[in-house]
Amino acid sequence: MYQWDFAPVLANFDLLALGLLNTFAVTGTALAFGVPLGLALALARLTGKPLLAWPAGLLIEVFRTTPPLVQLFWFFFALPILIRVEMTPFMAAAATFSIQSAAFFAEVFRGGIVSIERGQWEAGRAIGMTHSQAMRRIILPQAVKRMIPAFMERAIELMKTTTLVAVVSYADLLYQANELAQKTFRPLEVLTVAALLYFVCIFAVSLASRALERRLAVSGETTVR
Amino acid sequence: MNGNPDMRALLRVGGLEKRFGENAVLRGIDLEVTAGDRIAIIGASGSGKSTLLRCLNFMELPTAGRIELDGVAVGSERRRGDGSIERVYAEAELTRLRRRIGMVFQQFNLFPHMTAIGNVMEGLRTVLRRPAAEARARALVELTRVGLADKAEEYPARLSGGQKQRVAIARALALDPEILLFDEPTSSLDPELVGEVLAVIRSLAEEGRTMLLVTHELGFAYHFASRVLFLADGVIHEQGSPEEVLKHPREARTQAFLARHRAFSF
Amino acid sequence: MEYQWNFAPIFAHSDALLVGALGTLRIFVVCLLLGLSLGLLVGLARYSTRRLLTWPAAAFVEFFRNTPVLVQIIWFFFALPILVPFEISPMTAAVLGISLNSAAFSAEIFRGGIQSIEPGQWEAGRAIGMSYAQIMRRIILPQAIRRMLPALTNRGIEIFKMSTLASVVAYVELLHQGRLIASLNFNPIETYTVIAVAFFLFLYPLVRATYVLERRLGRSD
Ligand SMILES: Nc1ncnc2c1ncn2[C@@H]1O[C@H](COP(=O)(O)OP(=O)(O)OP(=O)(O)O)[C@@H](O)[C@H]1O
Ligand SMILES: [Mg+2]
Repeated sequence: MYQWDFAPVLANFDLLALGLLNTFAVTGTALAFGVPLGLALALARLTGKPLLAWPAGLLIEVFRTTPPLVQLFWFFFALPILIRVEMTPFMAAAATFSIQSAAFFAEVFRGGIVSIERGQWEAGRAIGMTHSQAMRRIILPQAVKRMIPAFMERAIELMKTTTLVAVVSYADLLYQANELAQKTFRPLEVLTVAALLYFVCIFAVSLASRALERRLAVSGETTVR
Repeated sequence: MNGNPDMRALLRVGGLEKRFGENAVLRGIDLEVTAGDRIAIIGASGSGKSTLLRCLNFMELPTAGRIELDGVAVGSERRRGDGSIERVYAEAELTRLRRRIGMVFQQFNLFPHMTAIGNVMEGLRTVLRRPAAEARARALVELTRVGLADKAEEYPARLSGGQKQRVAIARALALDPEILLFDEPTSSLDPELVGEVLAVIRSLAEEGRTMLLVTHELGFAYHFASRVLFLADGVIHEQGSPEEVLKHPREARTQAFLARHRAFSF
Repeated sequence: MEYQWNFAPIFAHSDALLVGALGTLRIFVVCLLLGLSLGLLVGLARYSTRRLLTWPAAAFVEFFRNTPVLVQIIWFFFALPILVPFEISPMTAAVLGISLNSAAFSAEIFRGGIQSIEPGQWEAGRAIGMSYAQIMRRIILPQAIRRMLPALTNRGIEIFKMSTLASVVAYVELLHQGRLIASLNFNPIETYTVIAVAFFLFLYPLVRATYVLERRLGRSD
């Protein structure tokens, strides 16, 4: 029978905590850039102007249908040569996940926007609003409310996907756990604790988003996926 | 009513056509609206009543024909490659024009994320860029006019259908439109709520406002309208005073429509 | 100075890429079959009214949906061997991680699909004397699967993308081979571009298919 021993993990818990912090840093950065970029992509795709809609659509589809790890490798190994800029693992990760999550957020935004009844557009136009005024004042505020569950789901997916940065040696929670496992020769305990840490963080966000979704459902708001 | 030469037409529609693909809905509408006119538009379902109304504030772009507001033609002419002439409309011009023509929808289309007064203020704030205090004061005047000052801070979800429609009317009035368009404003209301909305419309009529109203309430049309248009086959099949069109229609189509329509009391 | 693209070295290694592609396909098929069938079982357990079934199923779903796949794969590869008396190959670790994760997600799809069928269907089945299992198999699932098709296809696409994670534990698949080629020829640009394009070309038709399916189902019910 294997003797579990968590002492080495607890002794080095600061390493894991640092990793978790870095995981949050990547996730937060990707969210900060990904959400506005996603909105811009969605708006571009909805303009109906081929010159805008096409490139936006292509970007969205490419980043949604290629594996994130391939994207990360491309940004980490290939892009620096192309643009002649040194890329730290953090920069590569931030760039990859910002654009990748933007592609997913774009579809969330688009789903929310097209779910708003035509009558809302018409009522806005009937009082003399321009397209962009109606979008900003009438459509988006309603769409955003409906998007919240889908949005949270994407944010959770994003946080899970950031574990890939460990592969390019960015010191996120998974990377730190791996290092610690090798240092302490206690992979079972270290990796189990790391998995539980991820679970606790992500599950908490999940529960919060479900509670929010229920509250929205009570207030009669429909949601989009 | 067209005979008076110094009564300039507020709205003049000439040869208006609207096609949706193969479906020619409007096939040549000619219409003059003078200030103070109250026009009821009746006709069978699908005859193009809504489409006509929506063309007047350019929610739908006419396929052909021209519309003049206050003597100024909307849009500009452009010669096509084959030499024929088409009208093109700049979105900015249409946006400006819609401020002058209010519209009230069958489904109310209130903004659910804004309070009643927020709905009424929205055009003043966003479109006319009025200061908040001024917009609020004005919105309150309009809400009072429709009898809903006490509901100013309620969200639409907590209003009855009749109250929603009255807020929608206040929203349209806030911009001081020269013309008001109503598309079946009472059709999605429970029967007991119809009266309160019609009362508001009647009070607007007494103020001498220029209005076009699509309705199935023939009884109301009779009392409300200064002129009644009967739409069929994409044209104005018959028009005249309510007395003429609703009581003594000349055309067989009109007679059939009125006979089929549930008996109404004047 | 413009970068000079040169794809020749990659095509010189097309045999290695082929080996990788086969590895990708192999792990994809295994994970798809395992993930979906296990997902169906867990989904049925979660739908049942027996707590002895629903609770473990719910715990399974929550745990695997709320932890990153890569962490699971790493755990199965480095941690699990300490607990079990046999070797864990890269393939086994990756299959375990990806299949269990996909099972958790597809369980929710199955449960949602089953729940979406009107109670009248159950009653009609019971009225002609069918058992629970018969109704589920003959009446409910055939209708539910139709509605779930877009979501399940999406899961399949996700599984295909996830298969690249197996390269982290040195399983030989497309991305693994790409890394090899890139480090041999110092041409990461071309290599990773080719790999990205390969994935895109393979998966995009499937993505379009889900759009079509969604639209068609949206129309019919
Ligand atoms: N946006 C559109 N695209 C295509 N066809 C349309 C559109 N709007 C209206 N139509 C068609 O135009 C015709 C007239 O429609 P319209 O809504 O104007 O009729 P209506 O007289 O208002 O009918 P109702 O009394 O039912 O409201 C119908 O055949 C309708 O299908
Ligand atoms: Mg209509």
